[in-house]
Amino acid sequence: MTTISTDPVARTEILARIRRASTDITNPDPVTDVPVEWKYGTGIEMDDVVGTFVQKVTDYKATVVRVKAADVPKAIVEGLKATGAQRSAVVPVGLDKSWVEAIKGAGIDARADEPQLSKEELNGTDAVVTASAVGIADTGSIVLTHVEDQGRRAITLVPDRHVCVIKASQVVSDVPEAIQIVKPSVHDGHPLTFISGGSATSDIELARVDGVHGPRKLYVIVVDDQ
Amino acid sequence: MSTELRRVTYGNHGVARLTPAPDKPGPYMGMPKFSKAVKDELNLSVQRKNMRNATTTIRNKRALRVSESPDWDDLRDAAEAIKNRVGRHLDHYLVEAEKNLTANGVHVHWARDGEEANRIVAQIAKDKGADEVVKIKSITSQETDLNEYLEEQGIAAWETDLAELIVQLGHDRPSHIVVPAIHRNRAEVREIFLHEMKNYGRPAPEDISENPPELTNAARLHLREKFLRAKMAVSGGNFVLADTGSLVIVESEGNGRMCLTLPDTLVSIVGIEKVLPTFDDLEVFLKLLPRSATGERMNPYNSVWSGVTDGDGPQEQHVIFLDNGRTDVLADTLGREALRCIRCASCINICPVYERAGGHAYGSVYPGPIGAVLTPQLRGVDHPVDRGLPYACSLCGACNEVCPVKIPFTDILIKLRNKVVESEKSDKIPQDYEIAGEMGLMKTASWAFSDYKHFEAIQVGSRGMGRVLRGKKVGPVPVPVAQRWLKYRDVDAPPSDTFRTWWEKNREEKR
Repeated sequence: MTTISTDPVARTEILARIRRASTDITNPDPVTDVPVEWKYGTGIEMDDVVGTFVQKVTDYKATVVRVKAADVPKAIVEGLKATGAQRSAVVPVGLDKSWVEAIKGAGIDARADEPQLSKEELNGTDAVVTASAVGIADTGSIVLTHVEDQGRRAITLVPDRHVCVIKASQVVSDVPEAIQIVKPSVHDGHPLTFISGGSATSDIELARVDGVHGPRKLYVIVVDDQ
Repeated sequence: MSTELRRVTYGNHGVARLTPAPDKPGPYMGMPKFSKAVKDELNLSVQRKNMRNATTTIRNKRALRVSESPDWDDLRDAAEAIKNRVGRHLDHYLVEAEKNLTANGVHVHWARDGEEANRIVAQIAKDKGADEVVKIKSITSQETDLNEYLEEQGIAAWETDLAELIVQLGHDRPSHIVVPAIHRNRAEVREIFLHEMKNYGRPAPEDISENPPELTNAARLHLREKFLRAKMAVSGGNFVLADTGSLVIVESEGNGRMCLTLPDTLVSIVGIEKVLPTFDDLEVFLKLLPRSATGERMNPYNSVWSGVTDGDGPQEQHVIFLDNGRTDVLADTLGREALRCIRCASCINICPVYERAGGHAYGSVYPGPIGAVLTPQLRGVDHPVDRGLPYACSLCGACNEVCPVKIPFTDILIKLRNKVVESEKSDKIPQDYEIAGEMGLMKTASWAFSDYKHFEAIQVGSRGMGRVLRGKKVGPVPVPVAQRWLKYRDVDAPPSDTFRTWWEKNREEKR
């Protein structure tokens, strides 16, 4: 554990500076002092939420397929092969057993993250397969809450390919609805990762290049469960 | 880190260093003020071309994504109000954030200035026995000159954002807050990678081309070995959520996720103004920030973490709340509106002065309009660099229009100019020819407008000039002040007739 402790003098002094700088503010209640005219948690009108989601995710050059629930195991294997993950895939501890069996059945090494794989082992694994928490149609984003079927954060980051399964019923129109859905997870202490396409950069002449440090290929399986 | 990586780098007078030394002087280190620095920058024709291409691209992308968002102005109003709520009750929200961060297992520190923040980071690294740290792009840590401080303490700080890597390996300084290597083109990046990567880790392939995907892949491999061995990471923070004690990082490349996830210890330096009241408020800023910053509907990755999670990510976390002049900004009832800034850089990308001058001329980690309003407030106006910044602007007002949190840039700049003039006056002798020049111009204007006879006398002179030039552009003229001013400008000749004489003539004809 670190020995360094907080300097109480610095804290007191900064708070005193803030209070000196704010003497013009007479209403002590932040909420009535500055009302926020905004309706939180509101989605946007959309004819086809899932269709929009598929289109926006595809805009990020990710691959998106729509399948029936019974076909998910087969679609996962196809996704792994299509992205070039021939040898191995990390599977979170809570991943659907039938999905794991299908991966094994295809001759791909399904590596359970229990005990936790080392950074080097993750680096030497072709892909990761996870479920997800929420999809956002307007921005084409997928939110992970890193519960048991999604695994800890590192496993969806270090391998080069991510095959991600999302149910159509998990897709909402916009960011505000997603924020409300994942809020309980945050209160439970879970981290969140929002994924919008594969890792990308525009740092060289603002030309978008896909794949920097995160998975270079994102393969999304949308399950038509509605 | 192995000791063979310790080497003597260029540009630092033979002192052994762990990381590349920047060639250009940084803020406070002999940097000339904007009006002087800009002359050298304007002569860099490759940089000007790089800048024009890049800012045009990013402006168009932003405009397209904003046009897709029907409630854009409502979002801006909401963001403005939320940030005002924070600014006006900062002590309340900081104390709440501290309480909830601590409850989540985070060590919270407070730093009055940059030096204090740097000292805390170095102390944590030493306690952990870490002689290197990986860094997520953080403007706050550039503000405190953290990398140079850690270097002096024998700790190597590796930048992991691709643009920051280009800047660091290029012995350079960032010139933009979102795309720090905006002033470099692909050929320059190739040269830098080819010559420098081998000195600090995995070399770039000998036959590497200028192709951005190839260059990006070289960076991926070079940095991956650093990610896999790093024990400690340093980040900034886009937002701190007071009610849940969470931090938020918005990024593209995944280097942020690498730093937030793989090392055992994570230290985040965040400006005290980065607090948002609630987790719910995130919805407003996640809709505004990516569209404003990079013209994406959403950036590839957002990370939200609420302290230590068992078995997932760093098991020791620190947050340093940094003042470093922010409370001085807060004390000014108009100037404090600049504390709403969410560092999206849309003001920078639209600024005609920035596009031509580049970011280095501003002598601060904050270039463009936000730099011109923030830097002189954070550092005061005692130094010539900071006194010059409110004048690095044509007052065109484009920045006011694009700002997602509605910062009134031009109002603050005019107030700051006034402050600079007052401070020069109190020094008795104007030390600065621009400020003296503007004071002179204002006196002339005051004389001209005080009496209509004065005004007409000036018009006679102006009409004479118009007749001589007959519609030609005013080119370089052999008058000292005008000559300098006209060097980079084309100005229309004054009309040969004035409105007043035109009016009199037309009225006479009607009678």
